[in-house]
Amino acid sequence: MELSIGEIESEIIEEFELFDNWIDKYDYLIDLGKSLPKIDDSQKTKENIISGCQSQVWLNARKLDGRVVLTADSDAIMTKGIIAILIRVLSNQKPDNIIGAELSFIEKIGLNDQLSQTRANGLRSMIKQIKLYALAFKTN
Amino acid sequence: MKKNSNIRSLFPLLNIKVNNNPLVYFDNAATTQKSKGVIEQIERYYQTENSNIHRGVHHLSQISTNSFEASRESVQKFINAKFSREIIFTKGTTDSINLVAYCFRELLEKDDEVIISEMEHHSNIVPWQMCCKSTGAKLKIIPIDSIGNLNMVSFKKLLSNKTKIVAITHISNSLGTINPIKEIIELSHEKNAKVLIDGAQSAAHMAVDVQELDVDFYCFSAHKLYGPTGVGVLYGKEKILNLLPPYQGGGEMIEKVDLHETTYAPLPHKFEAGTPNIAGVIALKSSLELIKEIGLSEIKRHEDQLLGYATEKLENIEGLQIIGTSSEKSAIISFIIKDIHHYDLGLLLDKMGVAIRTGHHCTQPIMNKFKIPGTSRISFAYYNTFEEIDYCIKAINKAKKMLS
Repeated sequence: MELSIGEIESEIIEEFELFDNWIDKYDYLIDLGKSLPKIDDSQKTKENIISGCQSQVWLNARKLDGRVVLTADSDAIMTKGIIAILIRVLSNQKPDNIIGAELSFIEKIGLNDQLSQTRANGLRSMIKQIKLYALAFKTN
Repeated sequence: MKKNSNIRSLFPLLNIKVNNNPLVYFDNAATTQKSKGVIEQIERYYQTENSNIHRGVHHLSQISTNSFEASRESVQKFINAKFSREIIFTKGTTDSINLVAYCFRELLEKDDEVIISEMEHHSNIVPWQMCCKSTGAKLKIIPIDSIGNLNMVSFKKLLSNKTKIVAITHISNSLGTINPIKEIIELSHEKNAKVLIDGAQSAAHMAVDVQELDVDFYCFSAHKLYGPTGVGVLYGKEKILNLLPPYQGGGEMIEKVDLHETTYAPLPHKFEAGTPNIAGVIALKSSLELIKEIGLSEIKRHEDQLLGYATEKLENIEGLQIIGTSSEKSAIISFIIKDIHHYDLGLLLDKMGVAIRTGHHCTQPIMNKFKIPGTSRISFAYYNTFEEIDYCIKAINKAKKMLS
């Protein structure tokens, strides 16, 4: 059975609870970033760039069997790590569930305190863009 | 003279911990930390002197006016201006440049030319683009070479009788290059062009004598010389400032107003409409006194040593490349590391207590020139130490290991 957004969030929170220092946590984020599949250069278009990020972020979405499938990439590895988590939570979900999602994992895994206003703005822009895609797919 | 070893105790914020590590503050080109003297002066002002300046006849207003004007004289001496009325207080370097670029429109005609360089901060690019757009003047750009020096041959070719003003940075905020401004000023004056020098990165790091340079405008910010944010200085030669129209209208800048016509106040008030950052201006004097006490030659000596030491250590890191390798450099080092994004490096260094700057440093044309998205930048102040550099190098190596 497929997990809901909330259930995946709980999983991630549990995983991060295992780390008791920042080095392990960041190492894990770096590993996640490295394992995120690269997107094709043809998808790294101006239209796919998320503004408000300190590093470049490209986000692409398509609809498959009534679900939103997300792919994304960044030139910074730590950003890719965060993208990997976002994709794990929000990709392959139904548009309605994405639109209604109130994400709490960012705070709970202790990344919020490491995201300054500018960096958090980047993350917020990513989530906003994903929700906009979901909304577009829902009405189309 | 104050030695570096006991200077650190004068800066409260240098002694904090960040993420359980002692703070290593290497982002001084963005802003320096503030000395106790500056912080206490701001408090003292609000506790004992607060009152609006220049207008009141009452006791407090007299005191604050005197303090404010004493600060102007202190700035005058700091850069050796001929008259204190040539010192205009602004919000910062950006504000100073905008003032000149806006008011200079009056002196420009279609097809006149304005020269800037490829290494300018956006603050010394955008105001001139706006100025040219509204007047029909043309913006000419001096290119830089691969090590980060201005191409002086190109500059000489660009200069002509059409050139009305040349606006150049003294020290590049992202490359560290110290430009030959004396030569630039002489060459420009031969063509009767005025010269504005962006001194944001130089005022706290080397002695500047505006009369000796014969510069027409020199701009800097208090917050980059251990002083408060929100205070800037525009030095302008009296004769030229008098040619310019006022920048903003309001209180303070007038001599006489009726509803149809206004005569403007003389310098410097003509350019200081509205209530200024009084506490900040007064506190700037404290930071200038500290710099004077240490001595700019001592500051330059120590910072040059830090620059040499750090450059050598950084060059030993495999895959690291310094961007900006002029032989004339101030204590600013921009670098990139192969296969590592500056953002990742900055995040990890922060976790280890090291504050550096990452990104394009408001100099996107330079990044385009070097075909890079950004750099990591270390920039020193007098209070930085060799031990901090050693720690930073260790932190970079650790971050590099984590990211590779």
